[in-house]
Amino acid sequence: MALHSAVKGKLLAVIGDEDTCVGFLLGGIGEINKHRQPNFLVVDKNTSVSDIEEAFRKFIKRDDVDIILINQNVAELIRHCIDDHTQPIPAVLEIPSKDHPYDASKDSILRRAKGMFNPEDIAA
Amino acid sequence: MSGKERLPIFPSRGAQSLMKSRLKGAQKGHSLLKKKADALQMRFRMILSKIIETKTLMGEVMKEAAFSLAEAKFTTGDFNQVVLQNVTKAQIKIRTKKDNVAGVTLPVFESYQDGTDTYELAGLARGGQQLAKLKKNYQTAIKLLVELASLQTSFVTLDDVIKITNRRVNAIEHVIIPRIEKTLAYIISELDELEREEFYRLKKIQDKKKVIKAASEAFRKSRKYDEEQAFNMLEEEDQDILF
Repeated sequence: MALHSAVKGKLLAVIGDEDTCVGFLLGGIGEINKHRQPNFLVVDKNTSVSDIEEAFRKFIKRDDVDIILINQNVAELIRHCIDDHTQPIPAVLEIPSKDHPYDASKDSILRRAKGMFNPEDIAA
Repeated sequence: MSGKERLPIFPSRGAQSLMKSRLKGAQKGHSLLKKKADALQMRFRMILSKIIETKTLMGEVMKEAAFSLAEAKFTTGDFNQVVLQNVTKAQIKIRTKKDNVAGVTLPVFESYQDGTDTYELAGLARGGQQLAKLKKNYQTAIKLLVELASLQTSFVTLDDVIKITNRRVNAIEHVIIPRIEKTLAYIISELDELEREEFYRLKKIQDKKKVIKAASEAFRKSRKYDEEQAFNMLEEEDQDILF
């Protein structure tokens, strides 16, 4: 399976608000596999945190997903899941959403980096 | 306590030379690992600065993309549901390549086009230009994000490897080398002790030999004297003879 998907090329997955998802789908990353499972999750105000969590965990388990894009405000909701995920693949990227500007101090990776270097380096 | 701090080994010349070679090996390993850690650290810092750069760039690109989405919506009307429902196959996919830094394999992602655009006909009625721009913007964003993802993956992998390497360097520096040195010192002191014992033993034997020699000399002398005495006794006429 792993070999098979390596040949096939991996996917990007998106968890985010409607506009972010639509944008990336237009960019051409959307795929629905034969089990009718999409590689994106639209988070609106009715989506519960456990749903997001479940989707995130499912994306991590899927071996055809290499990169997970997640809106930072959504990432904040499932921060513990993201912090638990320490494997390099799939890579989890936090992206800004339309109505939430990017805040570097909340990013899991940059927070890990901050432990090692002084904050001035990061800010510069 | 002492058993914990040095290796359980019998103090002998052979063990000493063995320990010496082990110490040399440990020192060599330490310097090599240190070099590796330095190389990784250099790469790590490079990646980190690149990540920060890309992240700020990403903020701008995403802003632009979101803005073009709003523009397209303004001209075309709401097409969110159309897009969300018409997903079939991914057009942009990711290939993974391996990059090697000081024996550490780092995955590098690379996006490539695969198949045709699913939303080719979207915006055919109106707002086609805006939609084309929107797609282009998001594709740029995706490319940047893929780049960022490979940087981030390298970052995470390197972070782990650096931690492991540093742990090894510290273990060798603070545990293994002192232990071997202590063992060596123990062997040397023990060998010295043995040497002193041997020396003392030889001295003692010499002393003993001297004493024995002196004793036998004295005995011989006394024998000689006794013989003479005995001779004399036989020869000499006794004064106090009774009959």
